[in-house]
Amino acid sequence: MKQIIVILTMLFAGQLMAQTKYESGMQKGLEQFAAAKSAEDMAAASAFFERIADAEKDKWLPYYYAAYTNHLTGWMNPKADKDKVAEKSKDLLGKAEALEKNADTYCMRQMIAIQQLTVDGMSRYQTYGAIAAQAIEDAKKADANNPRIYLVEAQYMINVPAAFGGGKAVAKKLVEKSLELYGTYKPASPFHPQWGKDQATQLLAACQ
Amino acid sequence: MFALSKQRAMKKWMVALLSIVPFLVQAQVKLTGSVKDQKGRILAGANIVVKGSYDGGVSDSTGHFSFKTYEKGKQVVVATNMGNKTMEQEIIIDTTPVINIDFVLKEEISELKAVTVTAGSFEAGDKKKAATVLSSLDVYTTGGANADISAVVKTLPGAQQVGEQEGLFVRGGAGYEAKQFIDGTLVNNPFLASVPDIASRGRFAPALFKGTIFSTGGYSALYGQALSSALIMESIDIPERSEVSASISALFWGAGLQKVAKNKKSSWGGNYGYTNLAAYFGIVKQKPEYFRMPQFHTADLNFRAKTKTGGMIKYYSTFGASDLGLRRSNIDDPALKNAFGLHNTNWYHNLSWRDNLGNGWKMNLGLGYSIDVNKIDQQIQNQQNQKITTGQPWIDNNNFNLNTRSDLSQFKAVFDKRLSGISVIRFGGEYMYFYNRSTYNNFKALLPDHFKALFSEADLYITNDLAAKVGARFEHSSLINKANIAPRLSLAYKTGKGAQMSIAYGEFYQKPENTYLYNTTNFGYSKATHYIANYIKNTTLQTFRIEAFYKKYDGLVKTYPVLNNAGAGDAKGIELFWRDKKTFSGLDYWISYSYLDTKRDFLNYPKELQPTFAANHTASFVMKRFISKINTGFNFTYSYATGRPYYNLQQSGAQYVIADQGKTIDYHNLGFSFNYLTSLGKAYAVIVGSVTNVLNSKQVFGYNYSYNGARKEAITPPAPQFFFLGVFLSWGVDRRQDAINNNL
Repeated sequence: MKQIIVILTMLFAGQLMAQTKYESGMQKGLEQFAAAKSAEDMAAASAFFERIADAEKDKWLPYYYAAYTNHLTGWMNPKADKDKVAEKSKDLLGKAEALEKNADTYCMRQMIAIQQLTVDGMSRYQTYGAIAAQAIEDAKKADANNPRIYLVEAQYMINVPAAFGGGKAVAKKLVEKSLELYGTYKPASPFHPQWGKDQATQLLAACQ
Repeated sequence: MFALSKQRAMKKWMVALLSIVPFLVQAQVKLTGSVKDQKGRILAGANIVVKGSYDGGVSDSTGHFSFKTYEKGKQVVVATNMGNKTMEQEIIIDTTPVINIDFVLKEEISELKAVTVTAGSFEAGDKKKAATVLSSLDVYTTGGANADISAVVKTLPGAQQVGEQEGLFVRGGAGYEAKQFIDGTLVNNPFLASVPDIASRGRFAPALFKGTIFSTGGYSALYGQALSSALIMESIDIPERSEVSASISALFWGAGLQKVAKNKKSSWGGNYGYTNLAAYFGIVKQKPEYFRMPQFHTADLNFRAKTKTGGMIKYYSTFGASDLGLRRSNIDDPALKNAFGLHNTNWYHNLSWRDNLGNGWKMNLGLGYSIDVNKIDQQIQNQQNQKITTGQPWIDNNNFNLNTRSDLSQFKAVFDKRLSGISVIRFGGEYMYFYNRSTYNNFKALLPDHFKALFSEADLYITNDLAAKVGARFEHSSLINKANIAPRLSLAYKTGKGAQMSIAYGEFYQKPENTYLYNTTNFGYSKATHYIANYIKNTTLQTFRIEAFYKKYDGLVKTYPVLNNAGAGDAKGIELFWRDKKTFSGLDYWISYSYLDTKRDFLNYPKELQPTFAANHTASFVMKRFISKINTGFNFTYSYATGRPYYNLQQSGAQYVIADQGKTIDYHNLGFSFNYLTSLGKAYAVIVGSVTNVLNSKQVFGYNYSYNGARKEAITPPAPQFFFLGVFLSWGVDRRQDAINNNL
């Protein structure tokens, strides 16, 4: 009996500690992410999330943020080799997806595909456009109420010429839907993705 | 009892807590160091971490890192970097405040970074970044090419601007020396039926293919029976969406349906099109007099399905029927006419299955069957268009009926086994049964050939910077009852970022054309030996390429004094290519230049001569721009070639002599096309217009001579220019972008 209690206590203490470590790590990572001003800062945040992910092994969120922050370096640094950045993002996202596939991981797939598409739109439209469209479809299947789906779709559509089925009007509808969903959206935990509302508000202004 | 155990438990609690406390209060240690690769190059952006902890850092632009850790004792430090192998080092953290630890990371051989063997081949498609020169979209938006794959390929270095017959004339090779392959199997009749002095279009719509590799030499052991060139086309997998489409122009109309299953695991579809040139010829005058207006029926069917193991089964079939008849004045007697009538039917089937067999094994199976039937009726007619006989054999030779049928049944199997890293060994075989039958007037002839080939090849990646492709091919034809073994070898070496050099060597064999085999099968193979060296510098939006080659021909077919393989020749040259999508925003252009020096003794040539299909200098300039504001793309292509030689070879006693010779005028062709995207009612629409030879330059492809050599006549296109205006529609989803692709 005594031993059992001791073991249980030890286990409990150990677990308590690990959780705290993860939580404080994520907290620190998200703060670092929010404070990142340059592509280097962002890359450092990505590396930090990757370290958490590799240490934890069974949590998709740090891999997700590692992929997201890495993806952002491709936009923050105008000289970045977007294909190279995307390869790394895909690698990280793949590890997240191996643990859990959900609307947010699919949205990330779309964002990475679009980043690669922009390198040479005319000739990459077919390949990367198809990957992006598929990702949006999968995201909607996973959780049609995730507001980021319509945000990332709108971000793409506003840059597609109206003649190709894009444009401000199309984007506006999507952003409005996204904002409506942000109104009721509850992330599953404080560390689950909740970004996008500000971008959606800004995008709506750009659609006017 | 309870109190006691509670007390003891508390004690243990304290112990547990105490064991954590030192963990929290211990001093931190600083880890510093640098990360480099084996060549001593700095690796920035590498992630260094104390394994199992969150403590770590990233190497900066000087390759250095520095971070603090609270971990203690024996620890493992891990360095990871994209493109390099992960490295672990053990350290002991004690009281030393700063620990230095350096990493030298080995390079990881990856498909992304590794060089590709590129000597001799131009890859069009997004499959492999390093070799991509033309995307599939380019095929549709090349001005004046009218979506004919061969016409676009002619704007690449290595191909000649030959306009009087179909085929790709590559590096001093004749048109029949270039073969086309779809999903690995040979296409027996890639062009519409041949008409004298007019180049026919390719049979296949470019939209069928996701990638096209134009190889001008040194190609893989998987392909044989092509002395000069292989055009290797890979068909698309499951399309993105279902669609209904239609097209209308003065020349043709067509409709199509493509249905994709809900789970996107399979699709099927079909198209039908009808072309009739009567209305067009009524407006644009043609030089020949057409007594049967050209008409074409084309229909195709496809079925594609994904397998459970990530493979794909594809079936594609196309049916074509064409009919035309044209008259030209007879060169020996201007009072007479040559009337040529042609009816062709062609049915092509291709079934392929590629799959993963597990354990690094892959399989590619191909099954093909095609039938091609030609009914040719050639007459000498008088001014009243009645068939006559003159009594002069050199004129009366042109009174004949020729019916041909050529069938090809084939099976090809290729197996891939992945070796260590990304190296691959590949082997397989193919069996082809060619059945050719011809009836010339009432003279029947039959040419069946059981053709077998075995091949094996290895892609060896020695490092990321050095790769080799080594292969060999064995072939046997029952028709000529001869075998050959052809070795192939190429090497590629990366010289810098996006830059590489390649060399290639290969032997290529081809059996003689049926025309000669009908007379005798006592032939051997013709042989070409290729030596190629190239340099490529690639960035995402720019490509520079220079290539030099030497090609030696042996065993070319001679028709005089006897039919045999006594011919020979060679070809050498330098080719340049530059494509740039970067310098001018929104503008995409490419320039290609080919220098060719070739001579050959074949057919009835009295000695080694520059063949009539070879120009010394060929250049193309292709430019395209899409202006989003007006939803319109504008495309220009300018092609230039120096004059080609022509000869009048006359039999004089026991030999042929050159009775007359010369060079044609230089060739100029400026092609233009536009595509305007809009919508008509509920349909998305693309309006396409195109003109060839905008500047109306005079084009002469060669000369025909009368029997006595007294008269010579220039071979020119049937009309100096070709105009096209059409509308392509699609319903349901926005497919305008693809509509351009499908139909331009």
